[in-house]
Amino acid sequence: MKAFLSTFKEIGRYPSAIAGLVIIGILIIISIYALVTIPYDEAVRLWRGGEDIWYANPKTAPPAWFNFFSRKKQPVTLTISSARGEAEKEVVPGSADTTDINLTYTFDYQYDDFPTELTFYFTSKFVSKQPFVAIRWITPDGRELRVADFGINARQTYRASQDEKLTRRLGRLPAEVGLFADPNSDPAKPVPLKGTYQIRIEGVVFEPDADINAEFVMQGKLAGWAGTDHQRRDLMVPLLWGTPVALAFGLVASLGTGLLTMIIAAFGVWYGGWVDELIQRITEINLVLPFLSILIMVGTFYSRSIWTILGVTILLSIFTGGIKSYRAIFMQIKETTYIEAARAYGASDMRIIFLYLIPRIIPVLIPGLISGIPAFVFLEASLAVLGLGDPVLPTWGKIINNAFTNGALYNGQYYWVLEPAALLMITGFAFAMLGFSLDRIFNPRLRGL
Amino acid sequence: MSAETQALSPGQPIKVKRKAFSNTLSRVAKYTALRLVTLFVTVVIGIYLTILIANMGGYVDEILRGEIRERISVGVSNNPAFRDYTPEERSKYIDERVALEEERLGLNRPFAVRSFAFLRNALTLNLGRAINMTSDSGSKQVTLIILERLPSTLLLFGIANLALFFSSVFIALSLSRHYGSFWDKVILVLTPTSAAPPWFYGIFLILIFAALLKILPFGGMVDAPPPDNWFDYALSVLRHMILPSLALILASIFLSIYNWRTFFLIYSSEDYVEMAKAKGLNARDIERRYILRPTLPTIITSFALLLIGLWTGAIITETVFNWPGLGRTLFRAIGLYDTPVIVGLTIIYAYLLAITVFLLDIIYALVDPRVKVGGSGGGGA
Repeated sequence: MKAFLSTFKEIGRYPSAIAGLVIIGILIIISIYALVTIPYDEAVRLWRGGEDIWYANPKTAPPAWFNFFSRKKQPVTLTISSARGEAEKEVVPGSADTTDINLTYTFDYQYDDFPTELTFYFTSKFVSKQPFVAIRWITPDGRELRVADFGINARQTYRASQDEKLTRRLGRLPAEVGLFADPNSDPAKPVPLKGTYQIRIEGVVFEPDADINAEFVMQGKLAGWAGTDHQRRDLMVPLLWGTPVALAFGLVASLGTGLLTMIIAAFGVWYGGWVDELIQRITEINLVLPFLSILIMVGTFYSRSIWTILGVTILLSIFTGGIKSYRAIFMQIKETTYIEAARAYGASDMRIIFLYLIPRIIPVLIPGLISGIPAFVFLEASLAVLGLGDPVLPTWGKIINNAFTNGALYNGQYYWVLEPAALLMITGFAFAMLGFSLDRIFNPRLRGL
Repeated sequence: MSAETQALSPGQPIKVKRKAFSNTLSRVAKYTALRLVTLFVTVVIGIYLTILIANMGGYVDEILRGEIRERISVGVSNNPAFRDYTPEERSKYIDERVALEEERLGLNRPFAVRSFAFLRNALTLNLGRAINMTSDSGSKQVTLIILERLPSTLLLFGIANLALFFSSVFIALSLSRHYGSFWDKVILVLTPTSAAPPWFYGIFLILIFAALLKILPFGGMVDAPPPDNWFDYALSVLRHMILPSLALILASIFLSIYNWRTFFLIYSSEDYVEMAKAKGLNARDIERRYILRPTLPTIITSFALLLIGLWTGAIITETVFNWPGLGRTLFRAIGLYDTPVIVGLTIIYAYLLAITVFLLDIIYALVDPRVKVGGSGGGGA
């Protein structure tokens, strides 16, 4: 315990170690947050979901915070749903069975550019008589524009940009431009009118229990805190979920490899003879095997599941150079007097290996384990970049892979590559910084250097 | 570093020298033979494992059979010449064609038998013909496919890795002279950046130099269409090489410098170096005779391993930069289940590695008088 505390104090002397620890702590908090707010099944559903989940998002839109850094404010995607109670809903019973249902949507528009699409998603409840709606658009300067009037089905989508009549009424301007354009601006180069807009949907239902709800979606040029990809998916989901996946893969692979290597090396040294010989030969054979090719083959031929890849990674990483250096250290420890004493009083082989041999080299092991993590985190990303990522789980590497295959760098969608890359880099550097500092603490030979 | 060292026993009686010499000779011969045999067995087992994995223990055969049958049945049903055949006749014809094709590829024999034939061919470097891949000149010979891609891999990775190796050793040496200086601290701070692989830096370099500044190409090896005269061609290749080499160098230079620097520092704090300093030898002599000399085996080892590492190229770096090298060939071969190409690339790597390890044993004995070949235990890199 005292040794532990003094180690901790020692860490305090290395700023890079503290920085590394802080970052790792933040990453762990993000992981826990991701796991709690988006359960596994939900994450998989969101990541694999198509238009029905992500219809409200524009394709490949940069994140909303781009506006903070730009003088020209781009419109951010906005959804207002009456079913979720975000719009004002007024129900006025009329004569006979008819009822007027008025929905009012109010939003503030303070952008310098026009949105990309305006869509209304209607849901209605009726038995035989279709409800009827009229959409009115009220601009900040008080003009009231007629958008459309039509009867609706149980589910109906109205896209303003595809309404030819509306376009004609707006003087040949596309709906998403015409509805926002300042009437005093040049029609050839329209400028949006800033202020509070209002949409009124005046609905009429012709049955006692009938109801109308509508969701208004303004697809802007920016969306969410992380932007969206080519399938309209919010990148926040894979960015959040990539954190626990990357940490788990790195930690399990590094710990698994390190501990197994150490135990196998200890067994080899303790029993000697053919056990030792066998381990040495396996190590040499493993040196001949092409590591990455085998991983790619396993990914292509057998299974792309992250756990299979993890298992093979550990298996192939055990018998490498590490086992030789552990062996060299164990050889020295084996000859020390306290091991001799243990043997003299009749300690069992297992007791000697697990209680006397292995604990001695844990100080050497820990820095190696931590500096080993980034390599595995990047390995998972590398495989994903080659298209061999886990088929169901969202990971950072898969975002980069998607971005690459869709030419994000050619098209200037830098956020798509930079967000996961930055997270990968931060994670890698945090563990590397901590590992290097620990190495200096635990291996005093390096301390002065 | 892992070579077995033995202290020289000084003051051996002169009369036993001759006997000792012949002893040494037989010991060296015995050791050499034993070493060769173990290395060969290692290669054999390694290659056999690769063959098993590359064939998924025979499952790739099933995939290939399915592909052959599908290709032939589609071909027959689309061919108007077979329209008059009855369904029985047609299926009989398809079966015959499938059997013929399977025989051509050797699929009619059980996998266990064929795996040993593969092994024999691989070991005798009879690499055979690819299943699906062809070289750019249209050949199916695995040797040609490999040879066609080898120059581009050697060019890029050769230049990048040689630059990386020599610059890091020399920078490290000069840092170890002025340890604790400003640049020394800079390198120390930058060391963790080597946690990221080359392709990762590649992305950033592409983003900055190709996408934003538009001064260097996104990837590939030469402009399309390729320039006519050789000078422009070489210039174009050079331009395409800048970013991938930079990525390769950036990804490991700081860690490499740090490791060499620490290594040199450990050796320059040895007692005999202190002694040499006390004797008043000049710094250059101390460096050459007392620091570089004992570290030579390690430098040679890592240089040799670097050279054979060139063989595999770098699958992902080549993919990111669209560089037509061996790494991408291997990746494509895996995607096409093209076992002969996978095994061909692996066996050459295995042979290169085995030969290098063997040569290193001998070179150790030559450059380091402390190493005795065939001493106790089976040492070696």
